[in-house]
Amino acid sequence: MMMEAPAREPVNFVGLLKDAVFAAAIAFGLFSLMLGLKTDQTLNNQMVLVPRPGLLFTVVGLVFVGRFLIGYWQAINAGKIKKRKAAATPLALKIEKYGTAAFVGFLFVYPMMVLGTAGPSGAIKWIDNFGIQILIYIMLGWGLNIVVGLAGLLDLGYVAFYAVGAYSYALLATSEPVKEFMAGAIGPTFWPLWAFWICLPVAGILAAFWGVLLGFPVLRLRGDYLAIVTLAFGEIIRLVLINWVEFSGGYAGISSIPRPSFFGVPFNATESGFAATFGLEFTPIYRTIFLFYVILILALITAVVSTRLRRLPVGRAWEALREDEIACRSLGINTVNTKLTAFAIGAMFGGFAGAFFAARQGFISPESFVFLESAQILAIVVLGGMGSLLGVVIASILLVGGVELLRELDFLKAYFGDNFDPAQYRMLIFGACMVLMMLWKPRGLISVREPSVFLKEKKAVSSDLVKEGHG
Amino acid sequence: MSMTEKAPLLAVRGVKTYYGNIIALKGVDIDVHEGEIVTMIGANGAGKSTLMMTIFGKPQAREGTITYDGRDITRMPTHEIAHLGIAQSPEGRRVFPRMSVFENLQMGASVNNLAYFNEDLEKVCAIFPRLKERLQQRAGTLSGGEQQMLAIARALMSRPRLLLLDEPSLGLAPIVVRQIFDVIREVNRKEGMTVFLVEQNAYHALKLATRAYVMVNGLITMSGSGKELLADPQVKAAYLEGGHH
Repeated sequence: MMMEAPAREPVNFVGLLKDAVFAAAIAFGLFSLMLGLKTDQTLNNQMVLVPRPGLLFTVVGLVFVGRFLIGYWQAINAGKIKKRKAAATPLALKIEKYGTAAFVGFLFVYPMMVLGTAGPSGAIKWIDNFGIQILIYIMLGWGLNIVVGLAGLLDLGYVAFYAVGAYSYALLATSEPVKEFMAGAIGPTFWPLWAFWICLPVAGILAAFWGVLLGFPVLRLRGDYLAIVTLAFGEIIRLVLINWVEFSGGYAGISSIPRPSFFGVPFNATESGFAATFGLEFTPIYRTIFLFYVILILALITAVVSTRLRRLPVGRAWEALREDEIACRSLGINTVNTKLTAFAIGAMFGGFAGAFFAARQGFISPESFVFLESAQILAIVVLGGMGSLLGVVIASILLVGGVELLRELDFLKAYFGDNFDPAQYRMLIFGACMVLMMLWKPRGLISVREPSVFLKEKKAVSSDLVKEGHG
Repeated sequence: MSMTEKAPLLAVRGVKTYYGNIIALKGVDIDVHEGEIVTMIGANGAGKSTLMMTIFGKPQAREGTITYDGRDITRMPTHEIAHLGIAQSPEGRRVFPRMSVFENLQMGASVNNLAYFNEDLEKVCAIFPRLKERLQQRAGTLSGGEQQMLAIARALMSRPRLLLLDEPSLGLAPIVVRQIFDVIREVNRKEGMTVFLVEQNAYHALKLATRAYVMVNGLITMSGSGKELLADPQVKAAYLEGGHH
């Protein structure tokens, strides 16, 4: 009899209102003491009760409206048969196709846009905290995606390669012997100006080398065991950096790392500086914008390389390795080399990002390379959907940009008092997001895997059709 | 054995394989000659799949030798064995579930760097028309029979001289089993491909076989032509009762 249900039943507004009033009443009962009253101290150290009716009624009001909206949404969806999700998935591929070009274009004009709207002093925050910060994580996410998303090797110590890259650059660029040698060989200004451009590839190569070094002992490990060893590896690198003080400066870190130059033209207020050379008025924003473009290009290189690699035999072997190692081996794939290349290439991009990070900060210390960073990068990859480049972008914007946005929510202080700092709640929100994600989209935001080869037309297969644990 | 007889393509001699301290193969001798279909039947846990995997180098035989085409492959790593012209359709199919059928076939052809890919793709599509319809589909969404076809097709993509099939009929409907066995017979007749087949489905497997072995508890207990074993009262009692006739 359910089959003959009418197209849409009229929504029972009275019932909904009753429901919402009831929920609001419960909320009032619950929160009247918890939020409505606050204990405080007077100057005489006496305890007084401060009533907070505004906060209480705001919360009760939110519950009322929220309950009503949820009820309404349920009511209008009740009669409908849920559309098959498979029909909706190709949309993700469409977005990936057209959206990518538009998004990259947007990124290229983003600094100019911000500069135009916020002015040189206000723009730094938006380009640096949002733009550069997010792009670093996008790049790290794409790098880790090669290891975790494509090759299926769960790496919890990815930040180690980020650290290797950062310290490679920092140590080489500040090293006196290298500076003196370069000064003697080419000229005194050469090394400070060109250090970044020379050390960037070196940092990548060193990180790749460390990737292989990590790869060897873990060749036979999979899943949980691999995760634990990589986690330990990340911690070892950090602890060595802390304790080997003569080498890395320990907790004090390395400071006054040379900033990247505009291919030999420094960003300073001198006559040979960038602003003077190009006839502009000096502001620090030019360096920020330049850094933005550097990381944008680095990130795009990562994306292009990983998409290309996916179509090459080595990329196919990575994916096959993720799916079934035994079958892989019996098809003649050398799983040792395949795993090592995945570790090395993933680590290399981590190293590039690390070198950039050191150059952007001008100061690094082991504090920047804690496990939480690895966890966040991994969260970005998992949240975005393993193997999806677009997913990583969305997840980075949400996670990194979201945290930055929390700092902007000053108006909440009006409700929760002046001591309320929304940024302190970021781990709570982060955790809640992860739980919700795992409930609603267990395979990540973009869970469609695009085949790397096509015969006639692209046809994505929804992840819903593949059994759990294989996605 | 007469002197004129050609050396076997695959010769397994006195192979003992262990899992830790537990012995799984207690000294197995097998010959597979060029152009033959050789079947091995046996109950669950007899060591059939272990033999198959030992030939492919994982686990390696602790004693004895395995020779393929005159070369000792006993200690060779699996991926190198695959480059010698042996292909395997492993037990439980083991297709790559998130990759498309097309990509699975590409993986099969990776030993020869996709050199004959287009040609061979057409060939396997002719053998398995079902796969042709599903080239873009994820392998994990195929039915069991289709996945088995894909596993065999993937093995064929490497242009093997010797095809090892581990329980291709496992868990399949009778009609699909028949299709699969027809294909095995076809590639053997048309391409002259040598096939070594491990099966529980004794009736069909023996009917197909040039020669056959029976394995019990890690030892070969009987061998002979497929027909001989089909007619053997012991084999009948142990493996053919309940009848597939």
